[in-house]
Amino acid sequence: MAEPALTFRDLTLGYHDHPAVHHLNGTVKQGSLTAIVGSNGSGKSTLMKGIVGVLKPMAGQSVVVSGATVAYLPQQSELDRSFPARVIDLISMGLWPKRGLLGRFTSEDKARVKQALMGVGLEGFEGRTLDTLSGGQLQRALFARVLVQDADIILLDEPFNAIDARTVRDLVALIKRWHGEDRTVLVVAHDLDLVRDNFPETLLLARRPVAWGATTEVLTPENLLKARRFDEAWHDDAPWCEPMHGQAHDHGVGHEGHVHAGHDHDHHSHGPRAA
Amino acid sequence: MYDFFIAPFVEFGFMQRALAGSLMLALSSCPVGVFLMLRRMSLAGDAMAHAILPGAAVGFLLYGLEIIPMTVGGLIAGVIVAMGAGAVSRFTIQKEDASMAAFYLISLALGVMIVSLRGSSVDLMHVLFGTVLALNDEALRLIASIAAVTLLTLAVFWRALVAECLDPLFLRSVSRLGTPVHFIFLGLVVLNLVGGFQALGTLLSVGLMMLPAAAARFWTNRVWTMCLLALAIGFAACVAGLLISYHAALPSGPAIILSAGAAYLFSIITGPRGVLRARINRHRHRTA
Repeated sequence: MAEPALTFRDLTLGYHDHPAVHHLNGTVKQGSLTAIVGSNGSGKSTLMKGIVGVLKPMAGQSVVVSGATVAYLPQQSELDRSFPARVIDLISMGLWPKRGLLGRFTSEDKARVKQALMGVGLEGFEGRTLDTLSGGQLQRALFARVLVQDADIILLDEPFNAIDARTVRDLVALIKRWHGEDRTVLVVAHDLDLVRDNFPETLLLARRPVAWGATTEVLTPENLLKARRFDEAWHDDAPWCEPMHGQAHDHGVGHEGHVHAGHDHDHHSHGPRAA
Repeated sequence: MYDFFIAPFVEFGFMQRALAGSLMLALSSCPVGVFLMLRRMSLAGDAMAHAILPGAAVGFLLYGLEIIPMTVGGLIAGVIVAMGAGAVSRFTIQKEDASMAAFYLISLALGVMIVSLRGSSVDLMHVLFGTVLALNDEALRLIASIAAVTLLTLAVFWRALVAECLDPLFLRSVSRLGTPVHFIFLGLVVLNLVGGFQALGTLLSVGLMMLPAAAARFWTNRVWTMCLLALAIGFAACVAGLLISYHAALPSGPAIILSAGAAYLFSIITGPRGVLRARINRHRHRTA
């Protein structure tokens, strides 16, 4: 079997001593299409940031299979829409992995940008500035940027938020096309019906993985109840999460045969707190 | 006509130097101002200008009114404040506006304290407001080098700067340049403020950086065009300011900045993205 596209080894990510993703173990198969589901604050966006390397782990690691490229679509709110850029400029940013800081855009590159623009149904919008786009149009443009990136692993953080039904349908079709091209796709989503209909695999997060596997087996009423019950709050007086003891490590939802062994913390003094 | 516009620059060496110095300064600092504005850091430029003071003051205390020591001192103080404020905002919960304010206030107080240790208010006025009409060869060479470094750096890092302004998280996902480019940019801001303080003083050099950029924003929606337009406005302000200063016997630094200020007010009112256009079209709309 092919190497997994992504491997999480005892991965803990968080902010200010508090974990948002706690001791995650498991792998994501190459060419799989996975939805990441969970309440607000359950660690979905944090996990994406950890995978792409924007957020450094507090413990453990997230490993991308060697040679694979990653495209990451953050939530829309991270973008400065008042910046004087055109749709075409935004989409051309997707050429960065190929051209970097100084490489000239070739006519082939430009053709690819144009093709992406058409692929998301934004012909005629190339010269429009970002502040004149609707939420759905901006999301289409951002998907076009992902298209241009042409990556092996694609991470989409809440791409369907505040997007109308028609646009969602078009974007889901695009995601399925990527899946058909054997790319590994992870999508943070809230709409469970949409997930059931379109995503073969699901990771249900509540800071720790509640369930991970085939969507039909993950999105059961019991699992969803378990996920809803998770405690969203931080506790300033939560005990420090020490390795080797107690319940901190009994979470192993062994996925793809990876079972957490419970060792190898190298930062006891500033480790994450047990939530 | 000739007497008014050309003669002062042909007949007087100090006017030629003032013109050369201020034009080079505009060439270098106007594009920096555009990015500063687009990053919503317009006031950070002002803060940085204050931050330079203690360094310049130390140079002044040790060596008197010499350009190199004061410049180097200003550069060191500016870099410490920029890096300190930048690091606090990148690595703690505090945003850059607060950390910048904190650092520059400490720096400014320190600067005033140092100047008052030795020297009169006349010296302080010189550091704060500069003298564009007294630029020597050394100062001109310094400004020329700063302009060269700035333009070269902007050209090299252009793509990263734009990406960092527009979608910083995306840049960090495809490149490690995100954080370095922020600090390189802050370095350019300091460099240009230091370059400007001999000519315009620490306070006014910010004016030449920000006012043309702010004015250009009302005319165009492209970063590249905005930089060129800011340059043109900066050049015009330098020429106009020097002429006004010469003919009306007014201080040259404030005359240059006020000229840029006039361009700004004019742009607010008449620019395609200004108030007049918005008023005229208020009750009209297209069909689609």
